[in-house]
Amino acid sequence: MSKTLFEKVWDAHVVDTIEDGPQILYIDKHLIHEVTSPQAFQELERRNIPVFRPKEIVATADHNTPTVDQHLPVKDELSRKQLAQLSENCKKNNIKLYELGHKYNGIVHVIAPELGITQPGMTIVCGDSHTSTHGAFGSIAFGIGTSQVTQVFASQCLLLTKPKSMRIKVNGTLKNGVLPKDVILYIISKLGTNVGTGYFCEYAGEVFENMSMEGRMTVCNMSIEMGARGGMIAPDQTTFEYVKGKKFAPKAEKWKSSLHYWKTLPTDKDAIFDKEFVFDAEDIDPMITFGTNPGMSIKVGQKIPNKKDASFEKSLKYMNFQKGEDMAGKPINYVFIGSCTNSRIEDFRVVAHYVKGKQKAKNVTAWLVPGSRQVENQIEKEGLKDIFQKAGFELRQPGCSACLAMNDDKIPEGEYCVSTSNRNFEGRQGQGSRTILASPLVAAAAAIEGRIVDITKQLN
Amino acid sequence: MEKFTTLNSRAIPLDIENVDTDQIIPARFLKTTSREGFGENLFRDWKYDKNGSERSDFILNDKRYSGRVLIAGDNFGCGSSREHAAWALSDYGFKGIVSSFFADIFKGNALNNGLLPIQVSPDFLKDIMKLISEKPETRVSVDLESQSISIENSKLKESFKIDTYKKTCMINGYDDIDFLLSKKDKIEHFENQRKLLNVYD
Repeated sequence: MSKTLFEKVWDAHVVDTIEDGPQILYIDKHLIHEVTSPQAFQELERRNIPVFRPKEIVATADHNTPTVDQHLPVKDELSRKQLAQLSENCKKNNIKLYELGHKYNGIVHVIAPELGITQPGMTIVCGDSHTSTHGAFGSIAFGIGTSQVTQVFASQCLLLTKPKSMRIKVNGTLKNGVLPKDVILYIISKLGTNVGTGYFCEYAGEVFENMSMEGRMTVCNMSIEMGARGGMIAPDQTTFEYVKGKKFAPKAEKWKSSLHYWKTLPTDKDAIFDKEFVFDAEDIDPMITFGTNPGMSIKVGQKIPNKKDASFEKSLKYMNFQKGEDMAGKPINYVFIGSCTNSRIEDFRVVAHYVKGKQKAKNVTAWLVPGSRQVENQIEKEGLKDIFQKAGFELRQPGCSACLAMNDDKIPEGEYCVSTSNRNFEGRQGQGSRTILASPLVAAAAAIEGRIVDITKQLN
Repeated sequence: MEKFTTLNSRAIPLDIENVDTDQIIPARFLKTTSREGFGENLFRDWKYDKNGSERSDFILNDKRYSGRVLIAGDNFGCGSSREHAAWALSDYGFKGIVSSFFADIFKGNALNNGLLPIQVSPDFLKDIMKLISEKPETRVSVDLESQSISIENSKLKESFKIDTYKKTCMINGYDDIDFLLSKKDKIEHFENQRKLLNVYD
């Protein structure tokens, strides 16, 4: 029978099926961090249950870590305690932890791929909704709640109802200056923030076939912003080349057998999806959000739409924008380039290429936050740090940072921040902050001009 | 987990769509390592202004409305996977959330905490939102066994769907861990078979 990529990976992990109920799905890799794991460890202790497969768990500190002076003790008492709790829990349970200061520390969804922990055909979970990122490798990867973190600790399995499948094809070739971030923002703007609820989404077509692994991660990362638990892209030569040689990638004979298996994973020709959408790359331009959910975006040169709807109006009121206004030209004081969506080396190369020889606008605070220590080192190695410093950008240390503003990296009340992160919810980047989502290129241009720029005019 | 069988209560109408988990419990309150006490920060930035004063225009501050049921707009619980959102709603006193659509992860988290997500049709939601807004004393009745929700002193009644397994868990107060632990043999058998297939070590 013909199967989709999703079905092949799912079916290979089903331990048991409960009649008239969910299935028991085996989990290959469990990623954990300091914020959503402590209560799970606590529950295990309370019930006197051991961690079943500690070797399949990888931990990092990222959500609540400072992005300056990481060599010093963490100032905030609660954050310090939470980080200490993670270290203690990992030590007690023999779990590998890349703690703050470790050469492999960084955002969980950046470090697992760069260390080769993420591989095609796997099932991967983490108490974080952007776990969908790892689907870029053709794995089933999704975010879970803390109760489920406890379940995976206890049994390396989850009880799940098999999601439906959908496919989004984008055919053709992307225009100059249109980045993976624009592709996913465009898709969500067309399909809405809950089109994927109950589904796993496969991205297919030339655009994704020609995309780098880092670009694919950006796309899959935001699957959850259209409600899909996960996104997937078929593993291909680009995937294999990325994984090969990574620290935890299979080696020698094991590599050969893995490769052989991975090549069987792509969706069969006549496999059927529960729903399908098709877009044309030619229609996609650099995008920008104007509201308070990731579906509220337009082409950067367009005007804010005129929609009569209470939730829409509530959003605009929060953002202090009017219907029919141009987004281009709007003044902004903050730019954040980072997060599990856009904090990999290619993102910083795009920014460096654009800002080289330029100066940021005087009014702008521009934060660059690498996704990991390895990305941070690469930035230095390629001489990008120097470019950023000369342009007046502030290169900080790795972490989730201003994407969710759990640490001190907060955008002040009422201020606009052009951000390469994934959510423009009210107050996401700090109480009263106003987030405008964009690609690293659009964000870089905003930092230079101190206002939103219709980048397409510069590109043409 | 607390058992859930029936619920009869007044309700609070939160007529907002796409309520995300960042609104339900903002990230700055996630620094704790326990699961208690999140209720006081539920909808923190909608309930209070930056000086800590109550915002008079937020429904949870409107003394006319009370109850253990929250009636919310479409796509409730989208965004972050933080289970703290379900904990906060439970801790505040809610037992059931009614909406025309729930985000996946939130729905699962709620069910794992004895908080019942009740998905109704958009028309039904519109009707009860209006009715309860106008008549705050109206009581909502939920029966999990028959999977039905009805509004007292009205003809409004609808049935809702819930996974059979989850329903049994809710009614008996079971959680998934006990069940999964009872399947250890099968899980280990699966692992051994995969080793033979040499898929992953």
